[in-house]
Amino acid sequence: MTSADNLRAFKRDGRIVVVGASLAGLRAAEALRGEGFTGSLTMIGDEPSEPYDRPPLSKQVLTGWVPADGTLLPRRRDIDAEWLLGVPAGGLDMRANQVRLADGREVPFDRVLIATGVRARPWFVESEADLDGVFVLRTREHAEGLQRALAAGPSRVLIIGAGFTGSEIASICRERGIAVTVAELAPAPLVGALGAMVGDVAADMQRAHGVDLRCGVKVTRLEGDAQGRFRRAHFDDGSAIDADVAVVALGGIRNTEWLRGSGLAAGVWGIACDTGCRALTLDGLITDDVFAAGDVARCPNPIYEYRLISLEHWANAVEQAEVAAHNMVSGQADRWPHLSLPVFWSIQFGVNIKTVGVPTFADEVVVTQGSVADRRFVAAYGYRGRVTAAVSFNNAKWLDHYRQLIETAAPFPPPFPAPDQPADMKPVPVDFPGPTLLAQGATVVVTGHDPGERRVTSAQQHR
Amino acid sequence: MTATETPGTLLRILDYSSRADPYPLYAELRETPVALQEDGSYVISTYRELMDILHNPHLSSDVRHLSRPMEAAEGRGTPAFINLDPPEHDRLRRMAMRHFGPPHTPGLVAGLEPDLTATVGSLIDDFAGKEQIDIVDDFAYPFPVTVICHLLGVPREDEPRFHLWVNAVIESIDYNPKTDPKEKLENGRQATNELRAYLRGLVEERHSRPSDDLLSRLANDDGPDGRMTDEEIVATANLLLIAGHETTVNLITNGMLTLLRHPQMLQRLRDEPDLIVPLVEELLRYEPPVHIIPWRAAYSDVAVADTVIPKGSRIILMLASGSRDPNRFHDPDRFDPDRPDNQHLGFGSGIHLCFGGPLARRETQIALTELVRRLDRPGLVTDPPPYRRSPVLRGPIHLPVEQGAG
Ligand SMILES: Cc1cc2nc3c(=O)[nH]c(=O)nc-3n(C[C@H](O)[C@H](O)[C@H](O)COP(=O)(O)OP(=O)(O)OC[C@H]3O[C@@H](n4cnc5c(N)ncnc54)[C@H](O)[C@@H]3O)c2cc1C
Repeated sequence: MTSADNLRAFKRDGRIVVVGASLAGLRAAEALRGEGFTGSLTMIGDEPSEPYDRPPLSKQVLTGWVPADGTLLPRRRDIDAEWLLGVPAGGLDMRANQVRLADGREVPFDRVLIATGVRARPWFVESEADLDGVFVLRTREHAEGLQRALAAGPSRVLIIGAGFTGSEIASICRERGIAVTVAELAPAPLVGALGAMVGDVAADMQRAHGVDLRCGVKVTRLEGDAQGRFRRAHFDDGSAIDADVAVVALGGIRNTEWLRGSGLAAGVWGIACDTGCRALTLDGLITDDVFAAGDVARCPNPIYEYRLISLEHWANAVEQAEVAAHNMVSGQADRWPHLSLPVFWSIQFGVNIKTVGVPTFADEVVVTQGSVADRRFVAAYGYRGRVTAAVSFNNAKWLDHYRQLIETAAPFPPPFPAPDQPADMKPVPVDFPGPTLLAQGATVVVTGHDPGERRVTSAQQHR
Repeated sequence: MTATETPGTLLRILDYSSRADPYPLYAELRETPVALQEDGSYVISTYRELMDILHNPHLSSDVRHLSRPMEAAEGRGTPAFINLDPPEHDRLRRMAMRHFGPPHTPGLVAGLEPDLTATVGSLIDDFAGKEQIDIVDDFAYPFPVTVICHLLGVPREDEPRFHLWVNAVIESIDYNPKTDPKEKLENGRQATNELRAYLRGLVEERHSRPSDDLLSRLANDDGPDGRMTDEEIVATANLLLIAGHETTVNLITNGMLTLLRHPQMLQRLRDEPDLIVPLVEELLRYEPPVHIIPWRAAYSDVAVADTVIPKGSRIILMLASGSRDPNRFHDPDRFDPDRPDNQHLGFGSGIHLCFGGPLARRETQIALTELVRRLDRPGLVTDPPPYRRSPVLRGPIHLPVEQGAG
């Protein structure tokens, strides 16, 4: 049999198992059917319910607008799968091609997709984390509990961690008229993701909305009362605050423990993959039957010097799921690379924040459009003289342009003024020959529009 | 630079003889996605390049940034937000949007639905006993005009007056100094001034006697951005009145024409009324009312595909051509309401994405559903029907249809 015959037979009668039945898992399953895969499809998920969407959990669900069980993901097509829900996968045997469930069952596969995502990082002292009134936010149950606690009218909410999730929750507390303290170790909110300049804007925004924002401090202890209810938090500067709800928003932990011993390059940073979402072994060899997508995957990105990057972004999960699904049922020559730039959005304090690219991969940032004072602007990030990311506050419609600048390694700062360029933007002297020439230092550019035609070309060829 | 001169194609498109079917010429135009014209302007005709440029902050909508002044734009007073750039554009559009849609007025379009259905119903009632109807004069024109008058608070009885002004303005939008008499431009200018004076009168009235219409709210309500000046209100109302006139009329008419040319689709719509939603989307791609954005300016040097368009150049966007680009849409010349991922350019894209889009959609959905439901075996009398002059806002000037045609 030729490999084409093999592939045809696999598409017709093969067995695909998807571990992790959430956004990436569901979209991959749908894409597999869309690609004409008619074999058996098994969805394994440790959550008891059908796949649901998480972004609304920290937004519409907490305001009480949408019930926690009202965020089921819309189905794009019937996937005709066998659902094994409510039981986690406990192991992957790459020799026997089996997924082992925690209850001992074994599920054989020809190809497997790992989409187990991340879970919330819990408070580091278990007894304190267990106090009544201490929350994390990752699942629908978490959102339901937190929404109920907010509806009960707490005297004050403490949010530990001012990343996106923490900031969104703070915004909703203010919207609901609840007093809120945000504690952040960094000098400002969102600094880890967007840097100090935007962090300062975010800090102003929080304070303007009445958030008691405390930066550069660490919460050291959560104190409960005799009934085991959270009452007070202590900080490392010796101070303390009284509150009756604490939300621990300290990021996530990748769900890779179950892969220990499988031989995959899976660890705290995720599962290392190639851009085709094929998982690597510990030796760095590419597996041909094991794929990963979504928050748990860690893929090299040519634009960012081929560094392995893992992202906790909705759009990234969807795109990787589609690329993984395509590659699972395609031969060598027809595979797609996942080269699309990450896009992330957040809504807080009435502002729509959106990013394209990887803002942490930068050494400079400049406001290119609008006004920071009005909280309507676009800022571009640059690394060694080329544009690598952009963020917009209430200005998202322009970001496609910045995506193009990033993909073509356009010079930083962007040399051409736009009509709404801020007057106080400090002009950085640049002497680039023209917008079609590539900035110094870039090694590759991305060409093509659709997943099927996107390719990386070496930048030097354009000189 | 890869832009080459394609003398002729654009001029042939603008020529009235191409009006009924400009699409083969668009295909010719797309061979050069960014085409430099003899007069130094650039024509962009392919989907991706149009998308890129519509999201490019260096593309200006303000003709004051053209290095060669546009005669057609002179002497017309305060520009509406459609002809402005950020931050002014954003501020004015935001202030208008407050009263027109989400998040502050989310229910506006849905709230109009009973009125829309009633208006459509009574217009169709009047078809009774007529063997032949003109879809334009008897239906597609009076319907959106009634709606926009009601929304803005412009007396419907005044329609015969401003109808002439609006026509003259639209006629002059695509003014071409080479082929058009100066008179056309002058008529447009004068009509603009008269229309504005008329609207100014209405705005003044609303200051003293506010009611619940858009003009009253623009004149009296404060938002976070403050209040528009009267001149800004006049410019906004002028824009909405004109846009409310010519675009939806053409969309409905083009829609009916397309359905009559695709009888199976007409039957399908009769059998599955829910088809109307994707069908109107497909119409916006296949036979859109706005074909061309005739003037944009390069605020600074703008890179599109491999071409650098120099600062100050005029840029002409061939939206309808982009929506028929085979590199973006499979089998683009086929009318196919089941098309997946139909991200057409019918309403443009980017910050100038049609403000009235949600209303136009709903109007057209209701209009076509009811026409199809109630017309008795309609048939085209002439194909192609006679077209309006404008290549920019393109559509039939009359669409005679007979009933009981078999
Ligand atoms: C509150 C909140 C707000 C967010 N807001 C935004 C936003 O505004 N914008 C944005 O871009 N992104 C946002 N995100 C991120 C976005 O939701 C994630 O990127 C997306 O959910 C990732 O999908 P995934 O399928 O990879 O992982 P997940 O959604 O984490 O799904 C993984 C699934 O696998 C299950 N699982 C784990 N281990 C096992 C196992 N061993 N066996 C079986 N099943 C297992 C998990 O329980 C889970 O159901 C938000 C996330 C949260 C939590």
